[in-house]
Amino acid sequence: MGNGYTSRKGEVVLRVEDLHKRYGREEVLKGVSFEVRRGETKVIIGPSGTGKSTLLRCITRLTEPDRGRIWLGDIEVTGRGVDLNRVRASIGFVFQDFNLFTHLTALDNVRIGLLKVKKLPKEKATEIALKQLEHVGLAHKADAYPAELSGGQQQRVAIARALAMEPKLILFDEPTSALDPELIGEVLDVMVALAKEGMTMVVVSHEMGFAGTVADEIIFMEGGVIVEQGPPDQLFRQPKHPRTAEFLHKITALYGETG
Amino acid sequence: MDKIEIGGLVFDPAWLPKLGEGLVVTLEITGLCIAIGIVLGLVLAILRVYGRGPLYWLSSLYVQFFRGTPLLVQLLMIYYGLPSWGIVLSPFLSGVIALGLNTAAYQAEYFRGAIQAIPRGQMLAARSLGMKRAQAIRYIILPQALRLVIPPWSNELILMLKYSSIVYMVTVMDLMGAAKTIAARTFRYFEVFILVALIYLAIVFLLSWLLRRLEERVRVPGLGIERGSAH
Repeated sequence: MGNGYTSRKGEVVLRVEDLHKRYGREEVLKGVSFEVRRGETKVIIGPSGTGKSTLLRCITRLTEPDRGRIWLGDIEVTGRGVDLNRVRASIGFVFQDFNLFTHLTALDNVRIGLLKVKKLPKEKATEIALKQLEHVGLAHKADAYPAELSGGQQQRVAIARALAMEPKLILFDEPTSALDPELIGEVLDVMVALAKEGMTMVVVSHEMGFAGTVADEIIFMEGGVIVEQGPPDQLFRQPKHPRTAEFLHKITALYGETG
Repeated sequence: MDKIEIGGLVFDPAWLPKLGEGLVVTLEITGLCIAIGIVLGLVLAILRVYGRGPLYWLSSLYVQFFRGTPLLVQLLMIYYGLPSWGIVLSPFLSGVIALGLNTAAYQAEYFRGAIQAIPRGQMLAARSLGMKRAQAIRYIILPQALRLVIPPWSNELILMLKYSSIVYMVTVMDLMGAAKTIAARTFRYFEVFILVALIYLAIVFLLSWLLRRLEERVRVPGLGIERGSAH
């Protein structure tokens, strides 16, 4: 099983420092800091409404953080004059409800970023897009519109869309929460394969099986702060914080055995 | 050619060339004002949805003004009013501009509604790929919104075809102007206006049919109302 003790960790790809975000009177993020190294998979768990999704969106400033600093490699994402579109082009984002472009076929969904953002010629973009659709096992659905695909297939196309941009890391925001139970497996299989190929990933998820299998580190968040983080074996079997234990107990009762 | 008599009403084929000329003017005015309306309406709608500060307020003010005042008042202001500022426009041009500025306000509201009907996640996904906001609007939001807007927009096109008849008030010889002239000369008011009504009706049918075909042609699964699902 992959975990934090393997030697595939590389240099720091993403560094988040003391991130704060407030919506009106409610402070959703109260100073969150963590690092992700090349090839690492970090899984963020925690009760809903604790700022996990906000945290992911703040990383590419799709939501503007109030305070704190973020680095992607040596580029400060929160720095003045940063080319945000360039930063976003190099960070994949996979949404809970897929957000495939409704009016575009699977192929065009994967291709459009290459054409309009990376300005690749059409043939090159098509070649990459088809390769990535194949990567997620959907080359045969290239001409299908999102409405003609199952939820699981849509999410796999969304992953292909993120992969096609050759991102430095991919953020997954509860990628299987909107799926029918029988469709979750196909998406998780793709994500497990990606983790094994060495893709750098930050995943917000309640899939404890997935977390236990591929996470190098689990981050437990509650109330806008990181309560505890550590390798799955340690966090699942000997959580240091009573809140972590309580949450894991609840989630196990809901979703079955961990790891 | 002989006159045609139906149920005591007398129609004269000699009217047709003049009505034909009028019809051409009507179609020209409708086409031009709709074109102005599409371009200006899209700009206004985008400003109303995505604009901030003065751009938002000015676009809103524009829409409120042109929707809140009678079309005829707008036309007369342009034709009779502007010359006092030294701007003299031909009757035809006054008509095109008045109708164009007016329909732009209504079209802007249709476009705005369609843009706002596109789920927020579409913009979010486009920005997350690194698209600039303008790119996201152009490549992601508008292609969807324009498909959604076709049915309500069809109504506006048909309305403008019919409302364009008010330009006869500033002496334009459109279909309505031609009809009035013929009727005044022959005293066959009822017959002439029956004919004119039928011509408008035929054009409305044709336009509706064309737009339905367009709608079917650009339809994408999962976007807009699937035909046959309701009713």
